[in-house]
Amino acid sequence: MRPIATTRMAAGIPTGRLAIWWVVASEIVIFGGLLVSYIMHRLAKPEWGDHAANTNVWIGGFNTFVLLTSSLSAVLAHKAAVNGDGPKAAKLLYATCFGACTFVVVKALEWNMEISHGFTISSNTFWSFYYTAAGLHGLHVIAGAIIMLIIAETAKKNLELHRVELIGIYWHFVDIVWIFLFPLLYIAK
Amino acid sequence: MAESIPADAMHAHDDHHHTEQSIWSKYVFSTDHKMIAMQYMFTGMAMALIGGFMAYAFRMQLAFPGIDVPGYGTVTASDYNALVTNHGTIMIFWVAMPVLIAAFGNYLIPLMVGCDDMVFPRLNRLSYQIFLLSAIVLIASFFVPGGGFGGAWTAYPPLSAKSQYSLTALGSSFWLVAVALEFTAFLLGGINFVTTAMNARAPGMKIFDIPIVVWMIVVASILFMSSVGPLIAGAVMLFMDQNVGTAFFDPDKGGDPILWQHLFWFFGHPEVYVVLLPAMGITAEIMCVFARKKMFAYKTFLYTTFATGILSFTVWAHHQFVAGIDPRMANIFTVTTLLISIPIAEMCFIYIATLYGGSIRLTTPMLWALAFVAEFLIGGVTGIFLGASGADIYFHDTYFVLAHFHYTFFPIAIIGTFAGFTYWFPKMFGKMMNDTLGKIHFWGTIIPFNFIFIPLFVLGAAGQHRRIYNYEHFPELAGVEMQDMRVLATVSMLVMLVFQLVFFYNCFISWKKKQKDAGKNPWKANTLEWTTDSPPPHGNWPELPTVYRGPYEYSVPGREEDYFPQNVPD
Repeated sequence: MRPIATTRMAAGIPTGRLAIWWVVASEIVIFGGLLVSYIMHRLAKPEWGDHAANTNVWIGGFNTFVLLTSSLSAVLAHKAAVNGDGPKAAKLLYATCFGACTFVVVKALEWNMEISHGFTISSNTFWSFYYTAAGLHGLHVIAGAIIMLIIAETAKKNLELHRVELIGIYWHFVDIVWIFLFPLLYIAK
Repeated sequence: MAESIPADAMHAHDDHHHTEQSIWSKYVFSTDHKMIAMQYMFTGMAMALIGGFMAYAFRMQLAFPGIDVPGYGTVTASDYNALVTNHGTIMIFWVAMPVLIAAFGNYLIPLMVGCDDMVFPRLNRLSYQIFLLSAIVLIASFFVPGGGFGGAWTAYPPLSAKSQYSLTALGSSFWLVAVALEFTAFLLGGINFVTTAMNARAPGMKIFDIPIVVWMIVVASILFMSSVGPLIAGAVMLFMDQNVGTAFFDPDKGGDPILWQHLFWFFGHPEVYVVLLPAMGITAEIMCVFARKKMFAYKTFLYTTFATGILSFTVWAHHQFVAGIDPRMANIFTVTTLLISIPIAEMCFIYIATLYGGSIRLTTPMLWALAFVAEFLIGGVTGIFLGASGADIYFHDTYFVLAHFHYTFFPIAIIGTFAGFTYWFPKMFGKMMNDTLGKIHFWGTIIPFNFIFIPLFVLGAAGQHRRIYNYEHFPELAGVEMQDMRVLATVSMLVMLVFQLVFFYNCFISWKKKQKDAGKNPWKANTLEWTTDSPPPHGNWPELPTVYRGPYEYSVPGREEDYFPQNVPD
């Protein structure tokens, strides 16, 4: 099933790792385009600081903490996979998934609160950016969690352990996007 | 993971067996790169016919306003808008990209770097399936209430964002979703191409032994990946403006319509090079083979390509000189735009230097390759006028612009494709094409092409604006001389379309085995794809090749034969 091409390593980097870095590169420009658009607006419109004051830094900060912690377990999963301990790697991936779920649930509650206060996606352009950027990021969190569950299932049987590293790279990327979103949307007043 | 290897080997055996058995899995759900290439090729050609039919309908309306167009009917004003919009969209996103990058990339990369398939065959299949879905969504947009999107392929808001302006609420969203799906397909495909060329090369193939066309497709894929992101973000924003009630591009509510133009052209200009580079690569391959000469300045060509790629990210605002951008900014973009013509001109000089002193064989593919350079030069030179902000303020949105970019895109998407298709046809189908019919088709395409677009240059310089449904409503543009030129362009287009029948007839009789077998290497070329059977079997070679030298060792002094294949030991 797997062609010989997949097993070659002419560039000196395993094929899967090489490909995941290209995925990250193309994702960087997607979020980059969105964030640069936001920053250009933001610089021209100081009044957006007043809109941003309505976001809840504590909830955002809690979610930042949750995501960073989940990245720690992703790293530990990678370490377990390198040592050939598939079941342990799977457990740590489940822990990362738990972090992802916590993040999404907290995000849902937060949005619910904000919408009930009248700050919806069509209130003004700040809130449009707020929901679009965080929403696009949230989709990446959900997609990453689903892929992680699939990888954990095979890792449990000690198969395809190199994939643990690949999802880890992706997960760190998702994490770093949030590290940009949090100050831009929540902290900057 | 040691225990997983026997399981994989068993799978491989099953899969192979299965491929021979079921037509369904051989033609529809194949993971073989050659079959996926054919799927892209034929989907792209079908879309080219649809896009060509659209051009036929609206050109007839322009030459003979109000006529009942045979095969279409009366072209109404909103039909006209939808036709020109989707003609542009289809020809760029559903013809040039799938054929030049996806079809040739899929077919050539594994064969030219000497491996058995792409590194991610299932991802490759998924990429085609998403692409097919995108094509279906685009065609479906014509059949929803309100009809197809008519806001031009650039989709500037507020026209594209507000249904009370565009009058195609559903059509606009379908169009946008189709484009977004198409981008997804090419991101998946691009990652596959780049990774395959980087990692799956045959033993012995160093980076400067890679054939130029593979380099070009890889650089094009990287350009695509690094430029399309902002437009994907922009497409999400536009979709929300259309359907959710956000106001990213609506100045009434604090948005900015110019932002879309920046996001669009930040992608849109590199996109020109995304489709140009594969055509450049195809041309380089053909010229070396039919001039029987080593490529002049292989490395310079590559470095020039990298320079073009980097510069292409700095020129986008030359599309927006009249959009109210700061004139000082316009000066900067004028300078960068004129700068980018230097590497492209350098590439053309490399072609000429490659031809100089060669023993040139004017086969059909060679004619196409030569025509590519000649016609593309006209497109490039007229671009100088448009890149200079002073001249562009006059030329903007006239037929001069339209003729200019058709003189770039037609050589890329049509001439480049025919060059590659006629050159690799013997490899793809195992038969030679008829050379006489090929040459009739060549001249029957090239001559009418110039008769279509040279009049449009003249019309544009005379002030004829684009996107006008009926010039009878504009007395200063409705004179007899101007109308005659519109008729000349339309009639030339009809002649060109008729001559495409020769091409399909030629393909058909060649494929029906009336032509002689191609054998492994009919052109006596050096690159690896010519060392296997035509058409190559599943897995490409019984035993994968090893590489000993660069791809262009033609007419090596002291050798009896005038070619020296990459896989032959010294």
